[in-house]
Amino acid sequence: MTMLSPEALKKIDREVAKYPPGHRQSAVMSALAIAQDEKGWLAPETMDFVARYLGMPPVAVYEVATFYAMYNLAPTGRHKVTVCTNLPCALQGATRAAAQLKERLGIGFGETTPDGAITLREGECMGACGDAPVLLVDNKRMCSSMTPDRLDALVDELKAVGGADGK
Amino acid sequence: MSAPGGFLDYGPDAIIMAGLTGSNWRLADYVARGGYSALRKILTERIPPTTVIGEVKRSALRGRGGAGFPTGLKWSFMPQQYQGDKYLVCNSDEGEPGTFKDRDILRYNPHVLIEGMAIAAYAMGCGRGYNYIHGEIWETYERAEEAVAEAYAAGFLGTDILGSGFSFLLHNHHGYGAYICGEETALLESLEGKKGQPRFKPPFPASFGLYGKPTTINNTETFAAVPWIINHGGEAFLNLGRPNNGGTKLFSVSGDVARPGNFEVPLGTPFATLLDMAGGMRDGRKLKACIPGGSSMPVLPGDVMMQTDMDYDSIAKAGSMLGSGAVIVMNDTRCMVKSLLRLSYFYYEESCGQCTPCREGTGWLWRVVDRIEHGQGRADDIDLLLSVSDNIAGRTICALGDAAALPVKSFIRHFRDEFQHHIDHRQCLVPAYI
Repeated sequence: MTMLSPEALKKIDREVAKYPPGHRQSAVMSALAIAQDEKGWLAPETMDFVARYLGMPPVAVYEVATFYAMYNLAPTGRHKVTVCTNLPCALQGATRAAAQLKERLGIGFGETTPDGAITLREGECMGACGDAPVLLVDNKRMCSSMTPDRLDALVDELKAVGGADGK
Repeated sequence: MSAPGGFLDYGPDAIIMAGLTGSNWRLADYVARGGYSALRKILTERIPPTTVIGEVKRSALRGRGGAGFPTGLKWSFMPQQYQGDKYLVCNSDEGEPGTFKDRDILRYNPHVLIEGMAIAAYAMGCGRGYNYIHGEIWETYERAEEAVAEAYAAGFLGTDILGSGFSFLLHNHHGYGAYICGEETALLESLEGKKGQPRFKPPFPASFGLYGKPTTINNTETFAAVPWIINHGGEAFLNLGRPNNGGTKLFSVSGDVARPGNFEVPLGTPFATLLDMAGGMRDGRKLKACIPGGSSMPVLPGDVMMQTDMDYDSIAKAGSMLGSGAVIVMNDTRCMVKSLLRLSYFYYEESCGQCTPCREGTGWLWRVVDRIEHGQGRADDIDLLLSVSDNIAGRTICALGDAAALPVKSFIRHFRDEFQHHIDHRQCLVPAYI
């Protein structure tokens, strides 16, 4: 059984406490996000562990993990970069930003650089259209108004440093 | 977006977003600008819940999330005499392309939302509440967590608030990447820890909501307007806007404008004024088209928009809907086929897959628009798009089907010649495109 760290379990317990008694399942989205932060992706055994921890059938956890776009169902590069290309962002330079990233990294959407540094994804509306081009690094860090210079600096930074798990 | 004095500039008539600097979001700052006085007044003067609901009805506040349903009326649907648990839910799952206003409320003025929710909970007798926040704005979610913790510590949330005997437990819940969870019953499913597939209505949430209990769901901006209404009266709020269109509204202006951003203006403000506030057209280009209420609403030609005022009824009269207040502006270099292609892909990508017309139809729409855009269009493709749209709209459990069909129909209605040109000549009519 793949265990999560005591720190991760403490975070999950904090989420569980938000819901009325008998509704531990309500914490499954945050529990999976916490597990993903620790493991990098959601392996079946990680999801099984979350299922046992919350008292859910494993299939109910798989349903959630496969429904929401920000869960990683396979290993990614050390960093995941998700670019919004939806229409409002596209009107403000996101298409150009996505093309620049693809060219600089030498990969397309859904691919990982050969050095394992960056996985590039196409995203949908992040609710930040006024700041376009907008992208998310590792789901939680939003980078706004990404001019060509800022994009280059970000790629340099991500290539240089390891991921949250120190890979 | 910044004005002299270090204040964020949402416009001279802002009430929800007035006096914000970007850093004065904490509880002490909010209290210093008069915050929590409405909640305090209601609880200390023991104002009856029906009076609070009456005031909200008088204000003509309408739902700011997209549907524009009268808020006071929605609140009155909650069973007052019900003895079991009742829930209050805030929909901060802001993912309608073009919309980015709720994020600003949450990060720059989170306590106005908390106070509004506490007042609403009191009015409807809800003991628990959840604020469902879009997963992509993680830093904003963390700020909302901090704000809620501050409110508990100060006694504005929790048990026996301000010694009144009224208790309200509020928590934040984050999404993790699903547009459909902005639909209120999908959001409830998601809150229960399931995939976010909408529920059939009826029963409506007021009778069968979260965990099967009576529940009211409102948008962030809707709750954020409530403290002002209680402090100044429903009549005063109504008078800020127009009859049946009370108050101010936050509009998110994006696309081909010089200064994209959020602007809080009285409902009924001319579109031309809003466009000026956003700096006008970027690079002085000509306005070609505008989607006035988020990507799900019908597009309108620029000249129609320039004659339209920004309120629910005026935009409906012009042939679209105010929706979430997301104003997507397009200039004369934009190809409408290519623009629609990106939107159609979005609805295909985000269809939850529950209803056949939407699951199959959104993919069909996307593939047909894609082949038109890429010079493979067939002679009857425009009619096919309209037929598929008609067979999705109104035939699904939730409004995502309609949301996928409306752009297709409106883009063709107003810009049919561009689609025809693509099909006939296998190339674009406009000189440049995105």
